Amino acid sequence: MTTLALALGALLAVAVVVAVARPFLREPAPESDALAEPGELERRRLTLVEERDRALAALKELEFDHRTGKISDEDYRRLVGPLRRAAADALRALEPRAEARHAHATRSG
Amino acid sequence: MASLGRAALLLSFGLVVYAVVAGSLAAWRRRRRLARSAQNALIAAFATTVVAAVVLIVALARRDLSFVYVAQHTSRSLPLGYALSAFWGGQEGSLLLWLLVLTGYSSLAVWLNRRSGELLAWTVPVLGGVAAFFTFMLCFVSSPFATAAAPADGAGMVPSLQNPYMLAHPPMLYLGYVGLTVPFAFAMGALLSKRTDERWIVVTRRWTLAAWTFLGVGQLLGAHWAYVEIGWGGYYAWDPVENAALMPWLAATAFLHSVMIQEKRGMLKVWNMTLVALAFGLSIFGTFLTRSGVVNSIHSFSQSPLGGWFLGFIVLITVFSVGLIYLRLPLLRARTKLESLVSREATFLYNNLLLVALALTILWGVVYPLLTQAVNGETRSVSKPYYDFFLHTFGLPLLLLMGIGPLVAWRRASLRALGKTFIVPAACAVVGGIALIAAGFGSSTPGLLAYTFSIFVAASIVLEFVRGRRAAGSLVRLVSRNRRRYGGYIVHAAIVLLAIGVAGSSAYQTVRERSLTRGQSMEVAGYTLTYAGLTSTQRQNAQETDATVDVTRGGSHVTTLHPGKAYFPIEQSLSNEVSIYHDPRSIGDVYTIADAISKNGTLELKVLVKPLVNLVWIAGFVFVFGSLVAMWPDAVEQRRLAERYAAVPV
Repeated sequence: MTTLALALGALLAVAVVVAVARPFLREPAPESDALAEPGELERRRLTLVEERDRALAALKELEFDHRTGKISDEDYRRLVGPLRRAAADALRALEPRAEARHAHATRSG
Repeated sequence: MASLGRAALLLSFGLVVYAVVAGSLAAWRRRRRLARSAQNALIAAFATTVVAAVVLIVALARRDLSFVYVAQHTSRSLPLGYALSAFWGGQEGSLLLWLLVLTGYSSLAVWLNRRSGELLAWTVPVLGGVAAFFTFMLCFVSSPFATAAAPADGAGMVPSLQNPYMLAHPPMLYLGYVGLTVPFAFAMGALLSKRTDERWIVVTRRWTLAAWTFLGVGQLLGAHWAYVEIGWGGYYAWDPVENAALMPWLAATAFLHSVMIQEKRGMLKVWNMTLVALAFGLSIFGTFLTRSGVVNSIHSFSQSPLGGWFLGFIVLITVFSVGLIYLRLPLLRARTKLESLVSREATFLYNNLLLVALALTILWGVVYPLLTQAVNGETRSVSKPYYDFFLHTFGLPLLLLMGIGPLVAWRRASLRALGKTFIVPAACAVVGGIALIAAGFGSSTPGLLAYTFSIFVAASIVLEFVRGRRAAGSLVRLVSRNRRRYGGYIVHAAIVLLAIGVAGSSAYQTVRERSLTRGQSMEVAGYTLTYAGLTSTQRQNAQETDATVDVTRGGSHVTTLHPGKAYFPIEQSLSNEVSIYHDPRSIGDVYTIADAISKNGTLELKVLVKPLVNLVWIAGFVFVFGSLVAMWPDAVEQRRLAERYAAVPV
């Protein structure tokens, strides 16, 4: 029983070493070993996309609350304008030309 | 095979330590292959832990008494199911279960997020760090694979653990406790990588909900086990071990609500990080309470091999998470503010404050006796009135808020709109409250308030569904397009059922005790119980003596109950075997306990009539259903999120 346990333990040890070493065995000399990380532009884009999604979700929520009577007409009129502006701003900022402008501004400091 | 178990655990230890060291180095120096290697190490640690678990399961099934753990927690006559449940019946086995679930969850989290870069790279060392603590304990402090010369028979299992609920209750709790590690690790990974966008929330949304559901269901199963097995007539005694599961559940409930404010308004980033760390810290504290022996005997604290290690680990994770949140404060600043104190987000905030206050007062109740013992050497206990006071003080307003929240709009609500949405639920609550007082329910103020608030919440939930259905066109479309919201409302309905069940079975229960000789009767809340005699039965590992008690109501036979006592010779222990009649008319129970059976056959019978108690268990099914609705994947949402993160390496 002890021999069997030892054999199984050794087999297990070999298997886990292979599993851990696998990324290096598969790619012994990769072109790039750098971990993907977002650049400044990508981080800004992600922030804008989140802002856009948040504004669009808030608009959808506002419409729904208005239809179910939780928001009065007066409140709806007051709230819908800023939300539409926020969504439009985020959408505009995500347009390729705006992104290129921002990238240029970032590069030129 | 014990040596195989030990070898497998040592391999697990090596692998998770590698995941911490190599994972940290890879994230810091941005090495892709090293990061993937650390992830593989976590997955491999799951495989080696499975091997260790299988070795223990086989030893338990074969009653291999050369394993000290098996000899201490089973016996040859113990039924197989209970012998297998001894896996989590003792300290070493339950630590192994913790590690098994943790490495399993970690592997799944790594696999599901394998395309993620930076965030996962920083999350892996955190997951590995937690796993390293548990593998260290199992390898060097408290091993389930210690061996000795096999005794003739094992010590057996505590009789109260020999119950089918024990097959499900602890694993369910552990799935919950351990599940809270994943959101914690991703939150800390986000802070370490300086990624404070919503990615970590999106990744962990379902993990948190699943862990929270498991923890909730685990507690309900434990409550039902206590109710049918322990034999004192209740299901929750504010025992420190019970509180140990309640505290992280409350913190996770607060997090599930406040994280919605971050998603919708970009606010409360620091608070959410704090809550996720608090929930995880409390889950480790809960494991410490359950497993260190500090609760059973305060004097065993210093002798327990686990207590000091666990305390050290709790201090370490507190310093780590608080320090990291503090360092990243500038990145966590919100760019928006609360627009009004009368808004959905404001009600979520009030709900958060109450939930955290309740969790912390319970924590104080648990810690206070330990502190007084440590500081003064005095043994003090915090009893039911303390907890009941804070349950009423924080729990009843929480119940009310559950009805108010859904009626209030996001951002800002005018008084006129509020009046319109509140009128129906408020009218239902007022009419219901008056009817309850007229029916005599004014005898308990907390009970009356719980019922009245429950009516308000139930009416607001129904109203939400009715108005939503009208706006969406159909109920299916309404729920399928807003799964989290309407799943949440179903969970709220479960909490209403729970509140009604708890109020009914505690504030309005009837308790009677009497000594009966054969043929004598007693009256309890409209039932007549007649003691007819005794019977003896030999079970596989116990000798049971049961009383026969006929129950009638209004002269008609209702049922025959058999409360009794069971003697377990191997464990040398006597247990109460309660007998319960579930009355469909009152959704309540007639609960009988044979407090004592004398040699001449006299029965000391305790009877509890508990109205509405079965709503507590029904609430469990509704809770699971609501959680599943909220968790169910939404294809539209998935596509939107995939598009959001497709262009950005995360």
